[in-house]
Parts: sequence; C-alpha cells; structure tokens
Amino acid sequence: MISFNLLILVSLGYVAFLFLVAFAAERRAASGRSAWLRSSSIYTLSLSIYCTAWTFYGAVGYAARSGLEFLTIYLGPTIVMIGWWWFLRKLVRIGRSQRLTSIADLISSRFGKSTVLGVMVTVLAIVGTTPYIALQLQSVTQSIAVFAAQSGEVWQAGDLAGAAMWVAIGLAVFTVLFGTRNLDASERHHGIVLAIAVEAVVKLLALVAVGVFVVWGVAGGVGPTLDLIDASVQAQWAPVPSRWVGLIFVSGAAFLCLPRMFQVMVVENADERHLATAGWAFPAYLLLMSLFVVPIAVVGLDLMPEGANPDLFVVTVPLAQGREGLAILAFLGGFSSATSMVIVATLALATMVSNHIVVPGWLNARTPGAVVSGDVRDVVVFSRRLSIGVVLGLGYIYFRLSGGGAALASIGLVSFTGVIQVLPAMVGGVVWRGANRWGAGAGLSVGFVVWAWTQFLPSFGVDGALSQAVFDHGPFGAGWLRPQALFGIEGMDPFVHAVFWSMILNAGAFMIVSIVTFPNPLERLQGAQFVKIFDYSSGARLWTQSAAQAEDMLVMAQRIIGGAKAQSLFQAEAQSQGKEGFLPDVTPDFIDRLERELSGSVGAATAHAMIGQLTEGTMVSVDDLIAVADETAQIMEYSNRLEAKSAEQERTARALREANEKLTALSIQKDAFLSQISHELRTPMTSIRSFSDILRDKDVGGDDRERFAGIIHDESNRLTRLLDDLLDLGVLESGQVQLNLGHGTLAEVIDRAVMAAGADDAGLTISRRPANEGVALHTDLERLTQVFINLISNAAKYATTETPELRIIVRQTGGRCVVDFCDNGPGVPKESQSMIFEKFSRLEDAGKAGGAGLGLAICRQIMAALGGDVTYLPAQGGAAFRVTLPQSVELAAQ
Amino acid sequence: MGRRVLLIEDEPNIIEAISYLLSRDGWTVHTHSDGETAMDKVMQSVPELIILDVMLPGRSGYDILRDLRAQSATADVPVMMLTARGQARDRELATSLGATQFMTKPFSNADVLDSVRALAAS
Repeated sequence: MISFNLLILVSLGYVAFLFLVAFAAERRAASGRSAWLRSSSIYTLSLSIYCTAWTFYGAVGYAARSGLEFLTIYLGPTIVMIGWWWFLRKLVRIGRSQRLTSIADLISSRFGKSTVLGVMVTVLAIVGTTPYIALQLQSVTQSIAVFAAQSGEVWQAGDLAGAAMWVAIGLAVFTVLFGTRNLDASERHHGIVLAIAVEAVVKLLALVAVGVFVVWGVAGGVGPTLDLIDASVQAQWAPVPSRWVGLIFVSGAAFLCLPRMFQVMVVENADERHLATAGWAFPAYLLLMSLFVVPIAVVGLDLMPEGANPDLFVVTVPLAQGREGLAILAFLGGFSSATSMVIVATLALATMVSNHIVVPGWLNARTPGAVVSGDVRDVVVFSRRLSIGVVLGLGYIYFRLSGGGAALASIGLVSFTGVIQVLPAMVGGVVWRGANRWGAGAGLSVGFVVWAWTQFLPSFGVDGALSQAVFDHGPFGAGWLRPQALFGIEGMDPFVHAVFWSMILNAGAFMIVSIVTFPNPLERLQGAQFVKIFDYSSGARLWTQSAAQAEDMLVMAQRIIGGAKAQSLFQAEAQSQGKEGFLPDVTPDFIDRLERELSGSVGAATAHAMIGQLTEGTMVSVDDLIAVADETAQIMEYSNRLEAKSAEQERTARALREANEKLTALSIQKDAFLSQISHELRTPMTSIRSFSDILRDKDVGGDDRERFAGIIHDESNRLTRLLDDLLDLGVLESGQVQLNLGHGTLAEVIDRAVMAAGADDAGLTISRRPANEGVALHTDLERLTQVFINLISNAAKYATTETPELRIIVRQTGGRCVVDFCDNGPGVPKESQSMIFEKFSRLEDAGKAGGAGLGLAICRQIMAALGGDVTYLPAQGGAAFRVTLPQSVELAAQ
Repeated sequence: MGRRVLLIEDEPNIIEAISYLLSRDGWTVHTHSDGETAMDKVMQSVPELIILDVMLPGRSGYDILRDLRAQSATADVPVMMLTARGQARDRELATSLGATQFMTKPFSNADVLDSVRALAAS
C-alpha cells in the first residue's frame, strides 16, 4: 500500500527538481552558454503545453464516453502545424520584428496600437482561461485524492480546496521567480521554457509507460488488446461528422489563439527555423500522446468497477494492479501537464494584464510630463508580479465556486470556443490589409456576446445562469434568440451550434465593419507591415526627423529597460553612425527601433505613447501619413531607402567635416601644447620666485614668513606633479609603457584608490556595493589604481553640491566588467563632453582644480595600455565615468 | 587711503604675492579673478592702475584690454599686462592693443614695483 506521505514527498522532490532545472537554465543563459537552450527540440517540447491535464487524464475519459472523438483535439493542431505552416511563420516573423509580448499585443499593435483592443483581448483571454486554470487545479487535487483514498484517508471538500490552494501558491511563486526576471516580456524565459520541456518529456513517458503496461501487462499483448477494443461499445459508435469538423476547427483555432500557445510559439521563439522542425516533430509528439488512449480507456472500463471515473484511469488502473511506482509516475505526468499549462498561461495573462490594463492606467493617472520621471521599470515588474497572483487567484476562486465538480470537465471546450473569438481579427489582421480596428472591435464584441449567450452561460446548466424558460422560448419570449437555436435553426449539436454562430457572426461583423469604416493612418502602416512582413526588411517608419534629444531618450530608456541595456543600445547606434559615446543622432530609424525595444517591455500602445511624448509636435501629421499610406508599399519602401541613403550621405559628409575640423584643431593644438606647457610651468614658478624674493626681506612678520614658505612648498610640489604627469603622458603616448602585471581583486584596487584620493577630506561620501566587487584582476594594479584615484578626486573637486556623493557601481555587461563612477555634481556640459579627455582640457577655474588638466588624458592612455577603456557616461544626473576593465578579468569563484 | 590699483588675476598665490608687495608699498589693492565680469568691476569705480593677467577664466585679458581702451572712462588708465606666455608676438599684440607695460611671468618683485611706481608717476 502506497504511503500518502511518500506521494507528497515525491511531488515536492519533483517540484524542487523543476526549480533547479529552471534555475540552472537561467544561470547558463545569463553566462551566455545557452545555445542548446534555444534548440528546436526544446522549442517543440515547449509547444506540448497544448497537452494539459485535460488531455492527459481527460482524453481517456473522453474516449471512454465518446469513442474516437477525442482524436479531434489532436487533429486540429496537427493540421495547423502542417497545413498552416506559412501562417505560423508569418506570425513568428511579425512577433519578432514587432517585439510582441502577447496575443493582445499582436491585435493592439496591428490595429493602430489600440489600447481598447488590447483590453478587450485581455478580458476575453482571462474569461476564457480562468476556468481552464481551475480545471488544472482540479485534476491535480483529484489525483492526489485518489492516493489519499488508497492509503485509507477520505478526503473532504475542504482538504481538496486546501491542496488546490497550495498548488496555486507554489505555481505563483514559480512563475514570479522565473517569469519576471527579465522585464522585457519579449525576451526568452529560459528557466520556464526548459522546465516545461522537461515536464513535456515526463508526461509523454508517463502516458506511454501506462499504455505499455496496460497493453502488455494487463491485456496480454497487442492482439488481445485489439480484440478487447473490437468487443467494446466504443467501437460501435460512429463519428458525428458535424461535431468532428467543429471540434477539429475549434482545437486548431485554439492552438493559434490560446494566450499560452502564443507565448511559447511566438514570444519564446528564438529562431524561425525551429518551426520547420516543430512542423513534423510536434504532430509526432501528439501521435505518441494519443496512441494508448483507447487501450487505456477500454481496458480500464473492462477492469475497473462500475461507476469508476474514467478520467482517472491513467492513475487508478496501475494502482488497482498494485503498480504503485507506475501510478506515481502517471501522477507526475498529470501533475506536469497541469503545472506547465498553468505556469505559461499565467505568465502570458499576467503580461497582458500588466501591459494592457495596469501600466496604461498608471500612465493615464499621471500628468503627461511626469512619464519619464517615474521609475516605470519598477511599476511594470510589480504590476506583472501582482497580475500573476491575481490570475492564479481567479483560477482558484473559480475552482472553489464551481465546487470542483463535474461542471468543470466540460469547460475545456467552452474555454476553447471563447478564446478563438480572437481568430478572425488575428488571421484577418495578418492577411488582409483592409482590416481595421473598428472591424476587429466589432468582431470581437459580437463573437464574445454570441459565445457567452450560446455556450458559456448555458454551460452552467439549466437553471444555472439561464432559466428553463429562456432555453425553451428565448429571452422575453423572443424565440429566435433561444441560446441553443439561434434564428430558429434547431437540431444542431449545441457545441457545433455555438461555434458556427459565434464564428460566422464574428467574422461577418469584422469584415463588414472593416469595409464600411476607415482605418487611421497608423493602422494602415502597421497593416502593411503585418500583411507584407516578408517584404518589409526595414519597415515603414512612423516618425519623421525629430527634435527630441538623444539625452532625453536615453533617460527614458534607462528607466524602462534598465541602465545597462539602454546604454548599450544607444552606444551601438552611435557607433553605427560613426560617433563615439552614447548619444546617437535621433534618426527616424532609431526612434522606430527604440519604440520596438520599449514595446518589448511595456507593450506597443504604451511605448508608442511614451515616445510620442518625447517627440511631441514632430510626429508625422495625419495628412502626411495618409498621403504616404495611400502610395503602394513598393513606393514607400523605395522612398524610405532613398531617404535613408541621403541621410547616410549627409552623415558621411558631416563625419568628414568633423574629421577635418579635428585635424585642423590638432595642428593648432600642437602649437598650443608648447605654449600651454610654458604657461603651466611658469605659473607656479611665478609664485615661488615672488615669495622667495619677499622672504629675503628682513621685515616680513613671523606668521607671514611661515605662510609664504608653505606656498613655496606647495607650488614646488605642483611643479613636480606637473612634470611627472607630462613624463607619464609622454611614456604612455609613445606606447613604451612597462606594465607591472599582478593579481588582485577589484575591491582592493577601489579600497586603495578611495584611501589615496582623500575623499573624506573633501567631504565626499562614497557609496559602494562590496558584494559586486569580488572580481579577480590580472593587470597592472598600480596603473588601474591611478585611474580610479583620478576619477575619485575629480568627483571630490567638481561635485560641488551640499552633500557631495560618489557612487561606484560594478557590473558585468556583455562579458565585460565595467566600473561606473557617478557623482551628484553639476556634471559635464554636453558641449564639453567630447573634450574632457584631451590634454589641458581642464574646464575653467584653474584655482580650484589645482591640476594642469592632464588627469583624464592620462586615464584614457592608461586604460588603452591595459586593454580597457574609460568614457564619459551622459544622462546620469551628475558627472559619470565608465571604466571598462580589460577582458582578462574573470569573475571570482564565489 | 593710498592710491588704488585693481589686480585682475586668477591664480590665488600670485594674487597674494602682488597684493602683499603693493600694499606694503602704500597701495590699496582690489582684486578680481573672473574675466567675464572684469569690465563691470572696473566700471564700478575706475582705479588709477590696472594689472591684468592674459589667461583668465571666462574672457581673455586681451579682450578686456580692448574694451578698456574703447571706453572713454578707462582709455587713459595705465594697464600692466601679466602673462605666462612671454613670446615676442604676445608682447607685440599687447602693445598694439594699448598695454602700457608688459610683464612676463615669472617676474622679479623689484621689476613689478619699479614699473608700478613709474606708471603711477607718469
């Protein structure tokens, strides 16, 4: 007899294993060794979240009750995978190029980045998915109850509810941990994907193992099994063609429209080519999953006592045969089916709720100008976590309210039919340029209402949501509105009836309204991009030349997608334009790219609104857009290319002009250099000579005498320092520098620099994160210290606020380790940022700076000699310098 | 109250040295260390003599000299230019702009005192 505690132990162990798998995947992905995590087999396995507990347990029950009809659930996706391959490829391409975060984002983005449509799809998805999540919770608790009963305990409703609650909480924790690590929802969630791939293997193994056992262990081989099937009542049932067509259609459409499927198929897709593999591998997976369904059902019916629940045969048959190990494996298979579905569905829904309801609401509640000053990043992460909790909470509440009874079992198809109301807008949006948001809105609303009336409300049973009178005579006696006989057409299977009418009326409304109304300009452009995705390599651009400042955009981008990512994005763009630093020219292309990047985090509509605020007044006028959109796609593409070319030429010309100016400036600088040295040497010498003259007089008072001697001393030191610096710079510039390589940690170098820079005396507060500083260095530690000292003492000199503060931030980006020195002073004015690394470029105020303006020039030379770099980092509030350490740096083993 | 000299210079130690020298010689020394606002300072109350550094923050000593010579109130005030760049062409430029005296850093205290006395006497 199996111990119930053992089952709980095994489950907990399995959950812990999944956490480990997810955690290891995240670690590997973070360290860049993730090639196999993005393989086509992982992708194919992740698609198997289509097979939920409803297919794992329910398919056997379905076969026991309705014969071969259960196959339709597998046939739909198979047909889509094979026959609609071109459409899937288009979806994936669009998803990647538009950085879509969810199916709601797809609809919203396609139809003019409409907020309203995003909300509609989100609501529809929640209504359609909540019962499904409840169904998963139910299946897990029911299977646990089977084991409880086996070990002699009788579970009451309260125990079931408690177990369901713990399962829901565990899933919420898992999803929050691995689903909200990256803010960018369009980035891959390696941890989750790998965990569900593992679960996909477990559920397949479990079902096949039970099947093999049933065929060879119980029935006694293939022959006897076939005989048993022939003799069963199920074999006598003929398929009902209309139901088959309806079911295949619904399951195929749901495969496309389910939020969780969109998540794994489009959002998590790492490579379009994986679809080609999945195109045959996923149907093969489905085939294996369905292979033993009928044998298990028939043998179960034959074996188990009258009245046993066929939905649980997968577990109860092995248990009845005393195969506890197999039963536990089967349980884990069902558990895997349920949890993987819930995790991905919750993640997908939470992204939708957060991006289409919470964040836009939050933005609206604020004054427009304040958008960039709030920390959007925190709000998005928090709202996504909260949404995960809310979605799972809803599933749990639904489970409790529905009593966890048989009412849930039929909810699978009801959910599917609800969710596929998105299908006309989705397919139409991708293949038909004439589709517009009025049409999409109309189709969605009509479809939703018809589905609710003909299927969702009736699913609560007679006198549940609707009274017997409504079923028989329609509402208020309007017979043509009878929920199961719309327009007086009777005799249809209720399921087929609901699918038929909701789809016909939905698609009809979508098309007719699209034809009689006009799209707005933004929709036309998006429509062209979606429908002609394969022609649009560069894409139509939504922004004209903008007066928006690169610096403002950087500030905003940093708040949304995080400092490191925003900086590298801006730096890469600047580099591709041939500029140094972090502030590229704000070209329409760049704004467009930035918008997509941001939409990966906060959704298309919100990103568009935010960019709009920065570039306000410079967005294309509506007339312009209509004129452009009315041209053919080719002309648009052509003119875009021309425009890009002329912009490119302009940039090249400017680069040449700048280079010329720089050359001229350099030769002037060479003259200036000698005269500068002369000036810098003569100034301290003047004081020394003058005061030593004075001291030779007899009548100088004792106090004055001492002070003057002090000045002479200081000025001689200044001369020495200057000469040292000049020699140092000379050596560094000639490339003759001798490096003293040694081993140490970054923390030690920073410690020494902080001490030597005498920051305390200047009243400068230094904040550090010692935990991040455990970086092992193999470089010239003295030289590196010299650079840090320079940067710290610069902050001490120039951060002239009441409470001067310097933050030293160490982080790893792109395999390199960078150290940022950010103070809260006035910063370096933009026009001077490109000069500060030049010799003698001290900014004004000689007295205060007390140096000759060679410090940063030396720093740059040192870092170049060490194989690293030091740059000015704009838009950080105060002055900020980034030291990129040499590549030889490695993370200390911790 | 001695005679008033305005010293426009940005190096604190040089200011201190010259101030010490001249006050000991009976001058009242006013100082100013910013090029941009130097003309305002002069116009507030025109001194008898101006000692003007060339390399100042904000505005060069040559520009200030040009302004001084262009204003009737200061056109005749003697100006001693101080510079750390002692090349011949610097001296020519200063003279052509109307400097009364030109002194290269580092200078000897005796030279400064002699020149100041001579300028004040003329």
